Amino acid sequence: MTAALALEGVSKRFGDVHAVDDVSLEIGEGAFVALLGASGCGKSTTLRLMAGLDRPDAGRVRMGGRDVTADGASARNIALMFQSYALYPHLTVHQNIATPLRQRRLSALGRLPGAGALRAGLRQRLDAIDAEVRRVAEMLRLETLLGRKPGQLSGGQQQRVALARALVREPAAFLLDEPLSNLDTQLRADTREEIKALHRRTGHPFVLVTHDQADALSMADRVAVMIEGRIAQVAPPDVIFSRPANRGVAAFIGAHPMNLIGPGGLAAALHPAGRDHVVGIRPEQLALTGDGPAEAVMRSTAYQGDRTILRLVGGAEEALQVVLPLGSPAPAEGETLRLAADPGALHLFDAASGARIEHAGGPG
Amino acid sequence: MRVLREAFTTLSLVGPAALAVVLFIFLPVGVVFALAFTDYQIGAPQAAWVGIENFAELFGSKLGRNALLNTLVYAAIVIPASVGLGLLVAIGLFGLAERLPRVSAVLRAVYFLPVAATLVAMAVAWQMLLHPSLGLVNTWVEAAGLTPQNWLTDRGLVLYTLALIGVWQSVGYNMVLFLAGLAAIPTALYDAARVDGAEGGWSRFWLVTWPMLGPTTLFVLIVSAVNAFRVFETVATITRGGPAFASDTIVYALYREGFIYFKAGYASAITVVFFLALLALTALQILLIERRVHYR
Repeated sequence: MTAALALEGVSKRFGDVHAVDDVSLEIGEGAFVALLGASGCGKSTTLRLMAGLDRPDAGRVRMGGRDVTADGASARNIALMFQSYALYPHLTVHQNIATPLRQRRLSALGRLPGAGALRAGLRQRLDAIDAEVRRVAEMLRLETLLGRKPGQLSGGQQQRVALARALVREPAAFLLDEPLSNLDTQLRADTREEIKALHRRTGHPFVLVTHDQADALSMADRVAVMIEGRIAQVAPPDVIFSRPANRGVAAFIGAHPMNLIGPGGLAAALHPAGRDHVVGIRPEQLALTGDGPAEAVMRSTAYQGDRTILRLVGGAEEALQVVLPLGSPAPAEGETLRLAADPGALHLFDAASGARIEHAGGPG
Repeated sequence: MRVLREAFTTLSLVGPAALAVVLFIFLPVGVVFALAFTDYQIGAPQAAWVGIENFAELFGSKLGRNALLNTLVYAAIVIPASVGLGLLVAIGLFGLAERLPRVSAVLRAVYFLPVAATLVAMAVAWQMLLHPSLGLVNTWVEAAGLTPQNWLTDRGLVLYTLALIGVWQSVGYNMVLFLAGLAAIPTALYDAARVDGAEGGWSRFWLVTWPMLGPTTLFVLIVSAVNAFRVFETVATITRGGPAFASDTIVYALYREGFIYFKAGYASAITVVFFLALLALTALQILLIERRVHYR
């Protein structure tokens, strides 16, 4: 099966900066892929390359097997929802949603106001556009707002108008650039569900660009982690979390960054391979036990209500974090603690390349 | 007590400026309105009330109507040409700034020069350029195989020559305003337009640029209109309203009647008409366009 949208070895430079470096990614029919990365990692540039707003310096973009690298944004029929929503402030909600259809189906002459009164064929096309706008507006609960201007809408309503404008045509793929970043917490949770439901209902391939791992892990069925212009790992959310492909992904994913120790004595105390390799362990999975194999000194604590974060230092100045669950007493600063970890929770990474090394009894 | 003190503070802050405005603007305007209905001459010991006779002369006499008509023709050329060209140049330079920022900056300065230059000095330069036998313009016209013209002494041509100079003078100013307007348009809107299918520059212009420039265009239009109706310096320095009043305009007529013939009453009547016309024009533009350009 050919992918709905595929990047093949795509690169984009701005001056000396490699914004996107040899990225390959396939988005299958009906897939929901999240492009996850810190700000400045090149994920938005990747999105622009997919949409056809920028041309890659190297590599190809394919849609359904067809090479569209040279095609502009309008020829690709890809819908894009902008982070700023980019609604036309001078047009009503109805006109905003109708714009993609009007631009595609009407000539410049037909777009003139009042042109529909003159020709019957045009009249019919305008009625068809109106019907589709109303259908999408109903789907996104915008029926009562169709006459308003974007300036008269709340942030959440503007976001739904932007979604409607992107969905009104049948796009080959639907790209969302940080769709939740301008919403407050409650609205975020609702909108997450709404976008997931829209994906199920429309069946279009969705690409979500976000810096928020909670958004990516909860909404997408595949997550592509981008680090410094490259794709570090593409996998389902649970695999990204439980079996990070390299140190970069391991350090990026998780509410608290994974402890990456060694190679050295402390690492070896946790796992025999720690002599030569980096040992990774999530702060939630390090336990304070009197007879643990590893040893570290308490530096500071940070109380966060439902949990307490301890910062520790190993014998060779390795920084460690431990997350204590609710109710555990925090040890005093300067105290020497013994730590233990379930071997099943340990990750091993090559010290030089940072790539994951599978080990017997490891997570997965 | 506190109320009193606050009132005093307010008064001391607003008072001087308000007094100056009343003394130097409202009072003279009032005097002008009053004088417009008299036959007062500067230096005369007394003045007689003549009713609307001054206005009748302006609208009834051949000379008065000629000045009004000339001003309308001049404005009808200069307003659309300077706004249109200003927008065109601004869009061109804005696009050029992405590829050749240096060239764009230099051209921007070149277009702005006429705005910054002293018009009286420029008038001398234009007189040289347009000289019938020695001027560069006629040399070029001849080189192009056309008949040389008496640009400033031909009665049928002089007003259009002045209009061209007026356009040359204001394009740069309008360009700067439009450039600021263009820079304020969010680039995401252009991206959205491309994604929505407006691939060509023309459809993007109508979908994004033109409506988003609405407030700027309104402002430029009002400023250009006021400046065009106020045309004086070029007339005074280059043609003195001649030949045979062919380039006489309303403000030049006002100057001539008031400061050469000392007919203060008649000059005041012209001022009143001019003032009311500009007021009406501005109000009309705001009423008609304001509602369509602010998107709240």
